[in-house]
Amino acid sequence: MTAAAAEVPSRPVVEESVASKILRVLGKAPVHFVLVLVGLLWLVPTLGLFLTSLFSATDVNSLGWWEIFSKPSLATFQNYQEIWHNQSIRSAFWTTVWISLGGTFLPIVIAALAGYAFAWLDFPGRDWLFVLVIALLVVPLQMALIPMFRLYSDLGIFDTVLSLVLFHTAFGLPFAIFLLRNFFIGIPKELLEAARIDGASEIRIFLRLILPLGLPAIASLAIFQFLWTWNDLLVALSLARDTQPLTVAIFSQLRQFGNNLELIAPASFVSLIVPLTVFFAFQRYFVQGLLAGSVK
Amino acid sequence: MSGASITAEPPVRGAPPASAGGRWRRYAVAAAFLGPAALFLIVWIIYPAIYTIVQSLYRGTGFSEFAGIDNYKTLFTSDNLVRAIKNNAIWVAVVPAAVTALGLIFAVLTERVRWSVAFKTVVFMPMAVSAFAAGVTWRIMYQQEPDRGAINAAIASVKGVFSPEGVLSQAAPSSENLKPTPGGGIELTTPIGPGDVARLGLTRIRSTEVPTTAKQAVEPEPRPGGITGVVWRDFKPGGGTPGKVEPEELGLPGVTVELQDASGKVIGSAKTAENGTFAFEDVSQGQFQVDIGASTFAKPFGGVSWLSAQLITPAVIIAYIWIWAGFAMVVIAAGLAAIPRDVLEAARTDGATEWQVFRRVTVPLLAPVLSVVFITLLINVLKVFDIVIAVAPQSVQDDANVIALAMWRTSFGGVSDFGLGSAIAVFLFILVIPILLLNISRFRREA
Repeated sequence: MTAAAAEVPSRPVVEESVASKILRVLGKAPVHFVLVLVGLLWLVPTLGLFLTSLFSATDVNSLGWWEIFSKPSLATFQNYQEIWHNQSIRSAFWTTVWISLGGTFLPIVIAALAGYAFAWLDFPGRDWLFVLVIALLVVPLQMALIPMFRLYSDLGIFDTVLSLVLFHTAFGLPFAIFLLRNFFIGIPKELLEAARIDGASEIRIFLRLILPLGLPAIASLAIFQFLWTWNDLLVALSLARDTQPLTVAIFSQLRQFGNNLELIAPASFVSLIVPLTVFFAFQRYFVQGLLAGSVK
Repeated sequence: MSGASITAEPPVRGAPPASAGGRWRRYAVAAAFLGPAALFLIVWIIYPAIYTIVQSLYRGTGFSEFAGIDNYKTLFTSDNLVRAIKNNAIWVAVVPAAVTALGLIFAVLTERVRWSVAFKTVVFMPMAVSAFAAGVTWRIMYQQEPDRGAINAAIASVKGVFSPEGVLSQAAPSSENLKPTPGGGIELTTPIGPGDVARLGLTRIRSTEVPTTAKQAVEPEPRPGGITGVVWRDFKPGGGTPGKVEPEELGLPGVTVELQDASGKVIGSAKTAENGTFAFEDVSQGQFQVDIGASTFAKPFGGVSWLSAQLITPAVIIAYIWIWAGFAMVVIAAGLAAIPRDVLEAARTDGATEWQVFRRVTVPLLAPVLSVVFITLLINVLKVFDIVIAVAPQSVQDDANVIALAMWRTSFGGVSDFGLGSAIAVFLFILVIPILLLNISRFRREA
């Protein structure tokens, strides 16, 4: 912005004197102030959860988390040790890991295949089928909970990690196909035609050309799917009883909220720190995917 | 990068003419690529959707008792479900607009500072976290006791500046000699005159509330032409006699005592000494009232009950806005970055103020992005579930109810009324159909 202003010839350089510079910085002070305030406001709840999780079982019911600032000696990692030795929380953690890994890997493979077909294979009704996929994009998963509850019981796979992975796969597919098809379509046509003229099979083109070139989109998608499945509550709450991911395990503790904060707070923080780590590690892909999925 | 590719040209159709056999081979390849996706979409979405629509026309579980549209009638007549629909209407009216506006403000403001990346990261963070965990986080923030819930603690500290808690917030009269005043203070039952002694004995004072400087209470000497008195903790181990200053009973220092004339006008005030005594000199003849003002007994701030039936929906909405503002900000900031700088510069050179540039140039150019953010929020608000169930305690879930929560509670949360649950799901689906059509028409326009 300042660079553009400097290029305007009608504005002499001397205008940016020391005085005006000070004025400019001072003029921005309210903006800085507001943003710092908002930033703090956005940090406080998560910080509060973390500090709450550091209180011992007795302190957590009598003290506010900010007391830790004046009495740092109250902080202890005891709760984390305890939830790690808590059989149900530990198994919930691993259940969450398996659901998320399966629920990320499977839809990406299937959506990549379909996305390639929609982008580069010629078959009748292609556009209509893709419109159908777009239509399925907004179908609420509530529409499938009751029938799947029944079907899973009939098939004998109710209350298994597999059944949850399959459900997440299906409801992740419309967005995944949409995103990947739109990305694959941007791959230069000449590359594909050259490969086809060389006699490469479609599966070879898919594996050797499309997948490597589509990696940025696949990475975005992987992060989305991972977060989506990791953070799920509704599906696991409805379609499983003992196969509890972390969210459900915490939810079943929540009924006695206040009496067991020493368990809820650290477990919530664990369930929150994994996606946060993924977010910080792959922030770029995350934002890219977000923009591709929404800005049109 | 991938954003741009969405509007890219679709591939040219009709590859080189092939033989009939070659064509079928190509179709077979396409079918193989699409097969797994088709299987999942049909078995997990399309078949269940039809099943749910049919189930919504039957009573209870299964297909034995046809109900026609009874389930839908229940949906619009049962108090609980009507409340869910009304609450969801509040969500729809408030949240998409609030989040879009907030995102726009943040996006515009961050453009002016150098540490915008740090700010965006912080505000965006809640998006990565589960709405459920975020809900638990806010539930901790919302706890009612101001010494535990951060929000009420903040309110209490602001409030404490303007109306501080009284030094004796719990105290009550110890004997019949005293009575409470309408304003919340305590006064003598019978007025007194010069030369009299006012004994203001109080009980129900925790030992921690007694100031550390307090000394043994002293029975004050009557003084001619003046009124003397004592304020003391009229209690000792074993009880003692109410209304009488006894050994081991402590004076209450620092209490403000007022002297009122017969008309109720305050004509003097005094603070008690360490032994609880006070004195008013030069009191003319007449009847006077001695009282301890209401401020001494002001109750401490008990905290706003955010998780009560009245406030639960606003409380959950605040938490939800906290989650989604970052999404709106990031998407709008990307749209903002795509606006050509020279358009803005041109407007400024023409003499437009910053506000005019924003209102007449930036916002219209951002309109498509703003509508995308708004619609994304609209869909998600219609389906809101996790955060409500996380923030709202069991006891107020009826008051916080929304459509998706009602669907789950009807189908899986205790009762298993699959017929009614299906009807709620179908209703939810009908609500998103306009958005579905919008998506399709947008795609067809671009293709």
